[in-house]
Amino acid sequence: MELNLAEFITAKCEELLISQGGLIMGQCLTAVGWVGGTVPKLPDHEGLIELSMADVAGGGIAVGAALNGLKPIVYVVRYQGFLWYNAISVVNYAAKSYELFGVKCPLLVRAIAMEGGIGPVAGGSHHSMFMRMPGINIAAPMTPNEWGEVWDFHFANPNPTIISEHRLSYKISKDFPSIQSSNPEVTLLAISAGRISANQASSELIKNGIESDLYHLTWLSPLRFPSGFLDSLRNSKLCLIIDSDFEYGGLADTVAVQILDAVPDARIKIMGLSRKSAGFSPQTDNVTPSSSRIVEKVTEMLFERPARKL
Amino acid sequence: MYYVRNFELGVVSAHKKGLISIPIYLGIGQESIASTLSCFLPKGIPIFAQHRAHSYFLAFGGNPNYLKSELLSNSDFGTKGARGSASISSTEINMFGHSGLMGDQVPIAVGYGLTTGLPTLSVVGDASVEEDYVMSSIGYAVKRSIPLLLICEDNNLSILTEKSVRRNWETSEVAKAYGAKSFDIDDTPASIWKTLEKWNMKEVFVVNVRTTRHYWHAGSGQDQAPQIDRLSEMRESLELQGLKDQVVAIESRIKQEIETLWN
Repeated sequence: MELNLAEFITAKCEELLISQGGLIMGQCLTAVGWVGGTVPKLPDHEGLIELSMADVAGGGIAVGAALNGLKPIVYVVRYQGFLWYNAISVVNYAAKSYELFGVKCPLLVRAIAMEGGIGPVAGGSHHSMFMRMPGINIAAPMTPNEWGEVWDFHFANPNPTIISEHRLSYKISKDFPSIQSSNPEVTLLAISAGRISANQASSELIKNGIESDLYHLTWLSPLRFPSGFLDSLRNSKLCLIIDSDFEYGGLADTVAVQILDAVPDARIKIMGLSRKSAGFSPQTDNVTPSSSRIVEKVTEMLFERPARKL
Repeated sequence: MYYVRNFELGVVSAHKKGLISIPIYLGIGQESIASTLSCFLPKGIPIFAQHRAHSYFLAFGGNPNYLKSELLSNSDFGTKGARGSASISSTEINMFGHSGLMGDQVPIAVGYGLTTGLPTLSVVGDASVEEDYVMSSIGYAVKRSIPLLLICEDNNLSILTEKSVRRNWETSEVAKAYGAKSFDIDDTPASIWKTLEKWNMKEVFVVNVRTTRHYWHAGSGQDQAPQIDRLSEMRESLELQGLKDQVVAIESRIKQEIETLWN
Protein backbone atom coordinates (compact mmCIF):
# COMPACT_ATOMS: atom_id res chain seq x y z
CA MET A 1 0.00 0.00 0.00
CA GLU A 2 1.24 3.46 -0.87
CA LEU A 3 2.02 5.55 2.19
CA ASN A 4 1.11 9.17 2.38
CA LEU A 5 3.74 11.58 3.66
CA ALA A 6 2.55 11.55 7.27
CA GLU A 7 2.61 7.75 7.32
CA PHE A 8 6.00 7.69 5.64
CA ILE A 9 7.51 10.11 8.20
CA THR A 10 6.04 8.05 11.04
CA ALA A 11 7.54 4.87 9.60
CA LYS A 12 10.99 6.47 9.25
CA CYS A 13 10.83 7.85 12.78
CA GLU A 14 9.75 4.48 14.14
CA GLU A 15 12.68 2.83 12.40
CA LEU A 16 14.99 5.44 13.90
CA LEU A 17 13.68 4.74 17.40
CA ILE A 18 13.54 0.97 17.24
CA SER A 19 16.34 -0.08 14.90
CA GLN A 20 18.83 2.75 15.17
CA GLY A 21 18.63 3.70 18.86
CA GLY A 22 17.88 7.29 17.92
CA LEU A 23 16.01 9.97 19.80
CA ILE A 24 13.01 12.04 18.77
CA MET A 25 12.71 15.19 20.84
CA GLY A 26 10.15 17.94 21.02
CA GLN A 27 7.30 19.50 22.95
CA CYS A 28 3.98 17.69 23.38
CA LEU A 29 4.93 14.92 20.96
CA THR A 30 2.54 12.50 22.55
CA ALA A 31 -0.35 14.94 22.71
CA VAL A 32 -3.58 14.57 20.79
CA GLY A 33 -2.81 14.00 17.13
CA TRP A 34 0.82 12.93 17.56
CA VAL A 35 2.02 15.97 15.62
CA GLY A 36 -0.34 15.51 12.72
CA GLY A 37 0.15 11.76 12.81
CA THR A 38 3.88 12.01 12.07
CA VAL A 39 5.27 10.68 15.35
CA PRO A 40 5.06 6.96 16.13
CA LYS A 41 2.58 6.13 18.85
CA LEU A 42 5.13 4.69 21.25
CA PRO A 43 4.52 6.77 24.38
CA ASP A 44 6.65 4.55 26.59
CA HIS A 45 9.62 4.33 24.26
CA GLU A 46 12.68 5.79 25.98
CA GLY A 47 13.80 7.39 22.75
CA LEU A 48 10.73 9.56 22.50
CA ILE A 49 11.84 12.56 24.54
CA GLU A 50 9.29 15.08 25.74
CA LEU A 51 11.09 18.39 26.23
CA SER A 52 9.90 21.03 28.65
CA MET A 53 8.12 24.08 27.26
CA ALA A 54 11.31 26.16 27.46
CA ASP A 55 11.66 26.93 23.76
CA VAL A 56 15.21 28.23 23.65
CA ALA A 57 16.60 25.70 26.11
CA GLY A 58 14.86 22.85 24.29
CA GLY A 59 16.61 23.68 21.04
CA GLY A 60 19.94 23.77 22.86
CA ILE A 61 19.28 20.40 24.47
CA ALA A 62 18.52 18.90 21.06
CA VAL A 63 21.76 20.34 19.68
CA GLY A 64 23.77 18.92 22.57
CA ALA A 65 22.14 15.54 22.08
CA ALA A 66 23.31 15.48 18.46
CA LEU A 67 26.93 16.43 19.15
CA ASN A 68 29.50 14.00 17.79
CA GLY A 69 26.71 12.19 15.95
CA LEU A 70 26.60 9.54 18.68
CA LYS A 71 22.92 8.86 18.02
CA PRO A 72 20.59 10.00 15.24
CA ILE A 73 18.54 12.85 16.70
CA VAL A 74 15.33 14.31 15.34
CA TYR A 75 14.05 17.55 16.84
CA VAL A 76 10.40 18.28 16.12
CA VAL A 77 9.24 21.88 16.04
CA ARG A 78 5.47 21.88 15.85
CA TYR A 79 5.06 25.36 14.37
CA GLN A 80 7.68 26.98 12.18
CA GLY A 81 7.06 30.43 13.65
CA PHE A 82 8.47 29.15 16.91
CA LEU A 83 11.78 28.55 15.18
CA TRP A 84 12.66 32.13 16.07
CA TYR A 85 13.01 30.76 19.60
CA ASN A 86 13.77 27.08 19.00
CA ALA A 87 16.50 27.57 16.43
CA ILE A 88 18.86 29.77 18.43
CA SER A 89 21.31 27.00 19.24
CA VAL A 90 20.74 25.29 15.89
CA VAL A 91 21.94 28.40 14.09
CA ASN A 92 24.52 29.58 16.57
CA TYR A 93 26.02 26.28 17.57
CA ALA A 94 25.03 23.24 15.52
CA ALA A 95 25.62 25.02 12.22
CA LYS A 96 29.08 26.14 13.29
CA SER A 97 30.26 23.11 15.20
CA TYR A 98 31.76 21.11 12.36
CA GLU A 99 33.35 24.02 10.56
CA LEU A 100 34.79 25.74 13.64
CA PHE A 101 35.37 22.94 16.11
CA GLY A 102 35.62 19.87 13.91
CA VAL A 103 32.75 18.27 15.82
CA LYS A 104 29.80 16.88 13.86
CA CYS A 105 26.34 18.01 14.90
CA PRO A 106 23.94 16.21 12.57
CA LEU A 107 20.69 17.35 14.14
CA LEU A 108 17.64 16.81 11.96
CA VAL A 109 15.02 19.49 12.62
CA ARG A 110 11.52 18.67 11.47
CA ALA A 111 9.98 22.13 11.34
CA ILE A 112 6.30 21.97 10.60
CA ALA A 113 4.44 24.77 8.89
CA MET A 114 0.75 25.26 9.34
CA GLU A 115 -1.46 28.06 8.24
CA GLY A 116 -4.99 29.23 8.50
CA GLY A 117 -6.45 30.59 11.73
CA ILE A 118 -3.41 30.21 13.96
CA GLY A 119 -2.34 33.79 14.24
CA PRO A 120 0.73 35.96 13.90
CA VAL A 121 3.53 33.72 15.21
CA ALA A 122 2.59 30.08 14.75
CA GLY A 123 1.41 30.41 11.15
CA GLY A 124 3.27 30.20 7.88
CA SER A 125 6.58 28.82 6.68
CA HIS A 126 9.79 30.34 7.95
CA HIS A 127 12.52 28.42 6.14
CA SER A 128 13.90 31.72 4.83
CA MET A 129 15.42 32.59 8.18
CA PHE A 130 18.07 29.93 7.67
CA MET A 131 19.01 30.81 4.09
CA ARG A 132 21.61 33.37 5.11
CA MET A 133 23.37 31.08 7.58
CA PRO A 134 26.21 28.82 6.51
CA GLY A 135 26.43 25.29 7.83
CA ILE A 136 22.75 24.36 7.56
CA ASN A 137 21.06 22.20 4.95
CA ILE A 138 17.49 23.23 4.16
CA ALA A 139 14.90 21.31 2.20
CA ALA A 140 11.15 21.56 1.74
CA PRO A 141 9.99 18.10 0.65
CA MET A 142 6.30 17.58 -0.01
CA THR A 143 6.21 13.91 -1.00
CA PRO A 144 7.42 10.65 0.57
CA ASN A 145 10.13 10.20 -2.05
CA GLU A 146 11.45 13.71 -1.55
CA TRP A 147 11.34 13.41 2.23
CA GLY A 148 13.19 10.09 2.07
CA GLU A 149 15.87 11.62 -0.12
CA VAL A 150 16.42 14.44 2.39
CA TRP A 151 16.54 11.95 5.25
CA ASP A 152 19.22 9.85 3.51
CA PHE A 153 21.23 12.94 2.58
CA HIS A 154 21.11 14.22 6.14
CA PHE A 155 22.39 11.11 7.84
CA ALA A 156 25.48 11.12 5.65
CA ASN A 157 26.22 14.77 6.50
CA PRO A 158 27.99 16.35 9.50
CA ASN A 159 25.77 19.44 9.68
CA PRO A 160 22.21 20.08 10.84
CA THR A 161 19.35 19.91 8.38
CA ILE A 162 16.08 21.80 8.51
CA ILE A 163 13.22 19.93 6.91
CA SER A 164 10.59 22.52 6.20
CA GLU A 165 7.44 20.42 6.29
CA HIS A 166 3.98 21.72 5.57
CA ARG A 167 0.87 20.18 7.04
CA LEU A 168 -0.87 20.52 3.69
CA SER A 169 1.53 17.88 2.35
CA TYR A 170 0.81 15.15 4.87
CA LYS A 171 -1.86 13.42 2.79
CA ILE A 172 0.25 13.45 -0.39
CA SER A 173 1.49 10.05 -1.50
CA LYS A 174 2.55 10.56 -5.11
CA ASP A 175 5.36 12.58 -6.61
CA PHE A 176 4.76 16.02 -8.06
CA PRO A 177 6.05 15.77 -11.61
CA SER A 178 7.15 18.95 -13.30
CA ILE A 179 4.84 20.20 -16.04
CA GLN A 180 6.46 21.04 -19.36
CA SER A 181 4.94 22.44 -22.51
CA SER A 182 6.43 22.94 -25.96
CA ASN A 183 6.38 26.72 -25.91
CA PRO A 184 5.86 28.00 -22.35
CA GLU A 185 4.88 31.62 -21.90
CA VAL A 186 5.83 31.51 -18.25
CA THR A 187 7.88 29.23 -16.00
CA LEU A 188 6.59 28.66 -12.49
CA LEU A 189 8.95 27.66 -9.71
CA ALA A 190 7.06 26.55 -6.64
CA ILE A 191 8.17 25.84 -3.08
CA SER A 192 6.47 24.03 -0.20
CA ALA A 193 2.68 24.59 -0.08
CA GLY A 194 3.08 26.94 -3.02
CA ARG A 195 3.48 23.78 -5.08
CA ILE A 196 -0.08 22.68 -4.41
CA SER A 197 -1.50 26.04 -5.49
CA ALA A 198 0.84 26.24 -8.47
CA ASN A 199 -0.18 22.79 -9.61
CA GLN A 200 -3.83 23.83 -9.63
CA ALA A 201 -2.97 27.16 -11.24
CA SER A 202 -1.13 25.38 -14.02
CA SER A 203 -4.31 23.52 -15.01
CA GLU A 204 -6.35 26.71 -14.83
CA LEU A 205 -3.82 28.54 -17.01
CA ILE A 206 -4.13 25.88 -19.70
CA LYS A 207 -7.90 26.33 -19.66
CA ASN A 208 -7.27 30.04 -20.21
CA GLY A 209 -5.06 29.24 -23.18
CA ILE A 210 -1.79 30.04 -21.41
CA GLU A 211 1.00 27.50 -21.67
CA SER A 212 3.10 27.36 -18.53
CA ASP A 213 5.84 25.14 -17.22
CA LEU A 214 5.88 24.20 -13.56
CA TYR A 215 8.94 23.10 -11.59
CA HIS A 216 9.17 22.11 -7.95
CA LEU A 217 12.01 23.26 -5.72
CA THR A 218 12.83 20.91 -2.87
CA TRP A 219 16.47 21.70 -2.02
CA LEU A 220 16.77 25.24 -0.75
CA SER A 221 20.30 25.11 0.66
CA PRO A 222 22.33 23.90 -1.05
CA LEU A 223 20.09 25.37 -3.74
CA ARG A 224 19.44 22.81 -6.47
CA PHE A 225 17.28 23.90 -9.35
CA PRO A 226 15.08 21.10 -10.68
CA SER A 227 16.23 19.53 -13.89
CA GLY A 228 14.97 21.42 -16.94
CA PHE A 229 13.97 24.55 -15.04
CA LEU A 230 16.68 26.87 -16.36
CA ASP A 231 16.16 25.63 -19.94
CA SER A 232 12.46 26.33 -19.63
CA LEU A 233 13.20 29.83 -18.38
CA ARG A 234 15.65 30.49 -21.19
CA ASN A 235 12.72 29.78 -23.44
CA SER A 236 9.93 31.65 -21.61
CA LYS A 237 12.08 34.44 -20.14
CA LEU A 238 9.36 34.93 -17.54
CA CYS A 239 9.42 33.37 -14.09
CA LEU A 240 7.07 33.37 -11.16
CA ILE A 241 8.37 32.00 -7.86
CA ILE A 242 5.67 30.85 -5.44
CA ASP A 243 6.60 30.21 -1.83
CA SER A 244 4.76 29.63 1.45
CA ASP A 245 7.21 31.92 3.32
CA PHE A 246 7.17 35.70 3.15
CA GLU A 247 7.70 37.06 -0.34
CA TYR A 248 9.77 40.02 0.88
CA GLY A 249 13.38 39.63 2.00
CA GLY A 250 13.41 35.88 2.05
CA LEU A 251 14.24 32.69 0.25
CA ALA A 252 12.48 33.70 -2.96
CA ASP A 253 14.64 36.82 -3.27
CA THR A 254 17.78 34.74 -2.95
CA VAL A 255 16.50 32.23 -5.48
CA ALA A 256 15.66 35.06 -7.89
CA VAL A 257 19.20 36.40 -7.71
CA GLN A 258 20.61 32.95 -8.39
CA ILE A 259 18.24 32.54 -11.35
CA LEU A 260 19.32 35.87 -12.81
CA ASP A 261 22.91 34.76 -12.53
CA ALA A 262 22.07 31.85 -14.87
CA VAL A 263 19.46 33.56 -17.07
CA PRO A 264 20.25 37.29 -17.01
CA ASP A 265 17.51 38.33 -19.39
CA ALA A 266 14.70 36.67 -17.42
CA ARG A 267 11.99 38.70 -15.69
CA ILE A 268 11.10 37.34 -12.28
CA LYS A 269 8.22 37.98 -9.92
CA ILE A 270 7.68 36.54 -6.48
CA MET A 271 4.58 35.46 -4.62
CA GLY A 272 4.46 34.36 -1.02
CA LEU A 273 3.05 35.48 2.28
CA SER A 274 2.16 39.17 2.19
CA ARG A 275 4.16 41.70 4.15
CA LYS A 276 1.77 41.82 7.09
CA SER A 277 1.12 39.99 10.34
CA ALA A 278 -1.46 37.24 10.19
CA GLY A 279 -4.67 37.61 12.13
CA PHE A 280 -6.77 34.69 13.27
CA SER A 281 -9.81 35.34 11.11
CA PRO A 282 -10.03 34.40 7.41
CA GLN A 283 -10.26 38.06 6.41
CA THR A 284 -7.10 39.00 8.37
CA ASP A 285 -5.07 35.83 7.79
CA ASN A 286 -1.88 35.59 5.71
CA VAL A 287 -1.57 32.35 3.78
CA THR A 288 0.19 30.80 0.79
CA PRO A 289 -1.02 32.31 -2.50
CA SER A 290 -4.05 30.50 -3.88
CA SER A 291 -4.24 29.14 -7.43
CA SER A 292 -6.58 31.99 -8.45
CA ARG A 293 -4.10 34.59 -7.21
CA ILE A 294 -1.35 32.85 -9.15
CA VAL A 295 -3.43 32.83 -12.34
CA GLU A 296 -4.18 36.51 -11.83
CA LYS A 297 -0.50 37.28 -11.31
CA VAL A 298 0.60 35.34 -14.39
CA THR A 299 -2.01 37.10 -16.50
CA GLU A 300 -0.77 40.44 -15.21
CA MET A 301 2.87 39.50 -15.93
CA LEU A 302 2.03 38.46 -19.49
CA PHE A 303 0.16 41.68 -20.05
CA GLU A 304 3.09 43.76 -18.78
CA ARG A 305 5.89 42.10 -20.64
CA PRO A 306 7.17 43.21 -24.03
CA ALA A 307 6.16 41.05 -27.01
CA ARG A 308 8.37 37.98 -27.41
CA LYS A 309 10.58 37.56 -30.44
CA LEU A 310 9.56 34.37 -32.23
CA MET B 1 47.27 27.02 39.38
CA TYR B 2 50.79 28.27 38.96
CA TYR B 3 51.02 26.93 35.43
CA VAL B 4 47.77 28.56 34.38
CA ARG B 5 48.72 31.86 36.04
CA ASN B 6 52.08 31.97 34.31
CA PHE B 7 50.69 30.98 30.95
CA GLU B 8 48.18 33.82 31.18
CA LEU B 9 50.83 36.29 32.32
CA GLY B 10 52.59 35.31 29.10
CA VAL B 11 49.35 36.17 27.28
CA VAL B 12 49.28 39.57 29.03
CA SER B 13 52.84 40.25 27.92
CA ALA B 14 52.15 39.18 24.33
CA HIS B 15 48.99 41.28 24.27
CA LYS B 16 50.80 44.37 25.54
CA LYS B 17 53.45 43.88 22.85
CA GLY B 18 50.70 43.90 20.24
CA LEU B 19 51.25 40.28 19.24
CA ILE B 20 47.62 39.32 19.84
CA SER B 21 45.02 40.89 17.59
CA ILE B 22 41.92 38.99 18.73
CA PRO B 23 39.82 39.60 21.86
CA ILE B 24 41.23 37.79 24.88
CA TYR B 25 39.47 36.80 28.09
CA LEU B 26 41.80 36.20 30.99
CA GLY B 27 40.96 34.15 34.04
CA ILE B 28 43.86 35.36 36.17
CA GLY B 29 42.71 35.25 39.78
CA GLN B 30 40.14 32.51 39.09
CA GLU B 31 42.57 29.64 38.38
CA SER B 32 41.86 27.70 41.55
CA ILE B 33 38.49 26.59 40.20
CA ALA B 34 39.56 24.87 36.99
CA SER B 35 42.72 23.57 38.64
CA THR B 36 40.87 21.91 41.50
CA LEU B 37 38.19 20.52 39.20
CA SER B 38 40.84 18.99 36.94
CA CYS B 39 42.36 17.16 39.89
CA PHE B 40 39.03 15.91 41.17
CA LEU B 41 37.03 15.00 38.07
CA PRO B 42 37.62 11.94 35.89
CA LYS B 43 39.95 12.40 32.95
CA GLY B 44 38.06 12.98 29.73
CA ILE B 45 34.91 14.38 31.31
CA PRO B 46 33.06 16.37 28.62
CA ILE B 47 33.63 20.09 29.22
CA PHE B 48 31.27 22.82 28.04
CA ALA B 49 32.68 26.19 29.03
CA GLN B 50 32.60 29.62 27.41
CA HIS B 51 34.93 32.61 27.22
CA ARG B 52 37.50 32.95 30.04
CA ALA B 53 38.28 29.26 29.80
CA HIS B 54 42.02 29.11 29.14
CA SER B 55 42.27 27.71 32.66
CA TYR B 56 40.01 24.76 31.82
CA PHE B 57 41.84 24.07 28.60
CA LEU B 58 45.23 24.03 30.32
CA ALA B 59 44.26 22.39 33.59
CA PHE B 60 42.50 19.53 31.83
CA GLY B 61 45.53 18.81 29.68
CA GLY B 62 45.05 20.89 26.54
CA ASN B 63 48.16 21.54 24.47
CA PRO B 64 49.56 24.95 25.49
CA ASN B 65 51.27 25.36 22.12
CA TYR B 66 47.90 25.02 20.46
CA LEU B 67 46.33 27.65 22.73
CA LYS B 68 49.25 30.00 22.15
CA SER B 69 48.94 29.46 18.41
CA GLU B 70 45.21 30.28 18.54
CA LEU B 71 45.86 33.43 20.53
CA LEU B 72 48.54 34.56 18.11
CA SER B 73 46.28 33.53 15.19
CA ASN B 74 49.11 31.70 13.49
CA SER B 75 49.07 28.36 11.74
CA ASP B 76 51.65 26.55 13.88
CA PHE B 77 49.13 24.35 15.70
CA GLY B 78 45.59 25.61 15.72
CA THR B 79 42.95 27.07 13.43
CA LYS B 80 44.66 30.44 12.82
CA GLY B 81 42.61 32.06 15.54
CA ALA B 82 39.21 30.87 14.32
CA ARG B 83 38.50 29.50 17.79
CA GLY B 84 40.63 32.16 19.40
CA SER B 85 40.43 32.79 23.12
CA ALA B 86 36.65 32.76 23.58
CA SER B 87 35.85 29.56 21.71
CA ILE B 88 38.88 27.48 22.56
CA SER B 89 38.19 23.76 22.30
CA SER B 90 39.94 20.46 21.92
CA THR B 91 38.64 17.07 20.88
CA GLU B 92 41.73 15.54 22.55
CA ILE B 93 40.56 16.56 26.02
CA ASN B 94 36.83 16.43 25.19
CA MET B 95 36.42 20.17 25.58
CA PHE B 96 33.72 21.47 23.29
CA GLY B 97 33.87 24.89 21.69
CA HIS B 98 31.61 27.77 22.56
CA SER B 99 29.55 29.81 20.12
CA GLY B 100 29.96 33.14 21.88
CA LEU B 101 26.33 33.22 22.98
CA MET B 102 26.76 33.31 26.73
CA GLY B 103 25.26 30.42 28.61
CA ASP B 104 24.20 28.38 25.57
CA GLN B 105 26.70 25.77 26.66
CA VAL B 106 24.34 24.78 29.49
CA PRO B 107 21.40 23.41 27.43
CA ILE B 108 23.93 21.91 25.04
CA ALA B 109 25.71 20.18 27.92
CA VAL B 110 22.36 18.91 29.19
CA GLY B 111 21.59 17.45 25.76
CA TYR B 112 25.01 15.86 25.57
CA GLY B 113 24.52 14.35 29.02
CA LEU B 114 21.10 13.10 27.94
CA THR B 115 22.50 11.25 24.94
CA THR B 116 25.65 9.89 26.54
CA GLY B 117 24.65 9.44 30.17
CA LEU B 118 28.16 10.63 31.05
CA PRO B 119 28.96 12.98 33.91
CA THR B 120 29.28 16.31 32.13
CA LEU B 121 30.85 19.58 33.23
CA SER B 122 29.42 22.94 32.25
CA VAL B 123 30.90 26.24 33.34
CA VAL B 124 29.15 29.59 33.36
CA GLY B 125 29.81 33.00 34.88
CA ASP B 126 27.54 34.97 37.17
CA ALA B 127 26.36 36.94 34.13
CA SER B 128 25.69 34.07 31.74
CA VAL B 129 23.75 32.19 34.40
CA GLU B 130 21.15 34.94 33.98
CA GLU B 131 20.50 33.98 30.37
CA ASP B 132 16.91 32.80 29.90
CA TYR B 133 17.76 29.29 28.91
CA VAL B 134 20.26 28.39 31.64
CA MET B 135 18.06 27.74 34.65
CA SER B 136 15.29 26.19 32.58
CA SER B 137 17.91 23.74 31.32
CA ILE B 138 18.88 22.95 34.90
CA GLY B 139 15.24 22.27 35.66
CA TYR B 140 15.04 19.85 32.75
CA ALA B 141 18.30 18.18 33.70
CA VAL B 142 16.90 17.58 37.19
CA LYS B 143 13.72 16.13 35.71
CA ARG B 144 15.75 13.73 33.55
CA SER B 145 18.37 12.95 36.23
CA ILE B 146 21.21 14.04 33.98
CA PRO B 147 24.65 13.83 35.63
CA LEU B 148 25.53 17.48 35.17
CA LEU B 149 28.03 19.48 37.19
CA LEU B 150 27.34 23.18 36.71
CA ILE B 151 30.04 25.49 37.99
CA CYS B 152 29.26 29.18 38.17
CA GLU B 153 32.40 31.28 38.38
CA ASP B 154 30.91 34.18 40.27
CA ASN B 155 33.25 37.17 40.07
CA ASN B 156 30.29 39.48 40.70
CA LEU B 157 30.79 41.32 37.44
CA SER B 158 29.16 41.39 34.02
CA ILE B 159 31.85 43.44 32.27
CA LEU B 160 31.73 46.06 35.06
CA THR B 161 28.10 45.82 36.18
CA GLU B 162 27.82 44.27 39.59
CA LYS B 163 25.43 41.44 40.34
CA SER B 164 23.38 43.52 42.80
CA VAL B 165 22.46 45.89 39.97
CA ARG B 166 21.23 43.03 37.78
CA ARG B 167 19.30 40.71 40.06
CA ASN B 168 18.05 39.87 43.54
CA TRP B 169 18.58 36.12 43.39
CA GLU B 170 21.49 33.77 43.89
CA THR B 171 22.36 30.95 41.56
CA SER B 172 22.47 28.32 44.28
CA GLU B 173 19.04 29.31 45.61
CA VAL B 174 17.36 29.18 42.21
CA ALA B 175 19.05 25.89 41.36
CA LYS B 176 17.80 24.51 44.64
CA ALA B 177 14.28 25.62 43.78
CA TYR B 178 14.57 23.61 40.58
CA GLY B 179 15.46 20.56 42.64
CA ALA B 180 19.22 20.51 42.10
CA LYS B 181 21.75 19.97 44.84
CA SER B 182 23.49 23.31 45.08
CA PHE B 183 26.14 25.14 47.02
CA ASP B 184 27.58 28.63 47.33
CA ILE B 185 31.25 28.59 48.25
CA ASP B 186 34.50 30.50 48.03
CA ASP B 187 37.22 29.55 45.59
CA THR B 188 39.83 28.03 47.86
CA PRO B 189 40.85 24.63 46.52
CA ALA B 190 39.84 23.06 49.83
CA SER B 191 36.30 24.46 49.64
CA ILE B 192 35.89 23.35 46.06
CA TRP B 193 37.27 19.87 46.76
CA LYS B 194 35.11 19.30 49.84
CA THR B 195 32.02 20.39 47.94
CA LEU B 196 32.76 18.17 44.95
CA GLU B 197 33.03 15.20 47.30
CA LYS B 198 29.29 15.55 47.82
CA TRP B 199 28.53 14.93 44.12
CA ASN B 200 27.64 11.34 43.29
CA MET B 201 28.11 12.00 39.54
CA LYS B 202 24.58 10.77 38.87
CA GLU B 203 22.59 13.94 39.44
CA VAL B 204 22.55 17.66 38.79
CA PHE B 205 24.99 19.45 41.05
CA VAL B 206 25.31 23.22 40.98
CA VAL B 207 28.15 25.09 42.63
CA ASN B 208 28.37 28.86 42.71
CA VAL B 209 32.00 29.69 43.38
CA ARG B 210 32.76 33.24 44.50
CA THR B 211 35.99 34.33 42.94
CA THR B 212 38.04 37.39 42.02
CA ARG B 213 38.83 38.50 38.51
CA HIS B 214 42.17 40.30 38.42
CA TYR B 215 41.95 41.71 34.90
CA TRP B 216 39.32 43.41 32.79
CA HIS B 217 36.45 41.53 31.20
CA ALA B 218 38.43 41.49 27.96
CA GLY B 219 42.00 42.46 27.23
CA SER B 220 44.99 42.80 29.51
CA GLY B 221 44.01 45.87 31.50
CA GLN B 222 43.77 46.07 35.27
CA ASP B 223 42.06 48.73 37.37
CA GLN B 224 43.50 48.01 40.78
CA ALA B 225 45.48 45.44 42.70
CA PRO B 226 43.22 42.48 43.50
CA GLN B 227 42.03 42.10 47.08
CA ILE B 228 42.16 38.32 46.98
CA ASP B 229 44.79 36.16 45.33
CA ARG B 230 44.28 32.45 45.95
CA LEU B 231 47.56 31.55 44.32
CA SER B 232 49.54 33.65 46.80
CA GLU B 233 47.48 32.24 49.65
CA MET B 234 48.16 28.73 48.43
CA ARG B 235 51.87 29.38 48.25
CA GLU B 236 51.92 30.82 51.79
CA SER B 237 49.93 27.88 53.06
CA LEU B 238 52.31 25.36 51.52
CA GLU B 239 55.29 27.22 52.93
CA LEU B 240 53.73 27.16 56.38
CA GLN B 241 53.44 23.42 55.98
CA GLY B 242 57.19 23.25 55.42
CA LEU B 243 56.97 22.70 51.67
CA LYS B 244 58.82 25.82 50.59
CA ASP B 245 61.61 23.96 48.79
CA GLN B 246 59.13 21.86 46.81
CA VAL B 247 57.11 24.96 45.92
CA VAL B 248 60.20 26.78 44.72
CA ALA B 249 61.27 23.80 42.63
CA ILE B 250 57.87 23.39 41.01
CA GLU B 251 57.54 27.10 40.32
CA SER B 252 61.02 27.28 38.85
CA ARG B 253 60.32 24.40 36.48
CA ILE B 254 56.99 25.85 35.36
CA LYS B 255 58.43 29.33 34.94
CA GLN B 256 61.15 27.99 32.69
CA GLU B 257 58.65 25.97 30.68
CA ILE B 258 56.40 28.96 30.16
CA GLU B 259 59.29 31.24 29.24
CA THR B 260 60.40 28.73 26.63
CA LEU B 261 56.84 28.53 25.33
CA TRP B 262 56.37 32.27 24.91
CA ASN B 263 59.88 33.14 23.73
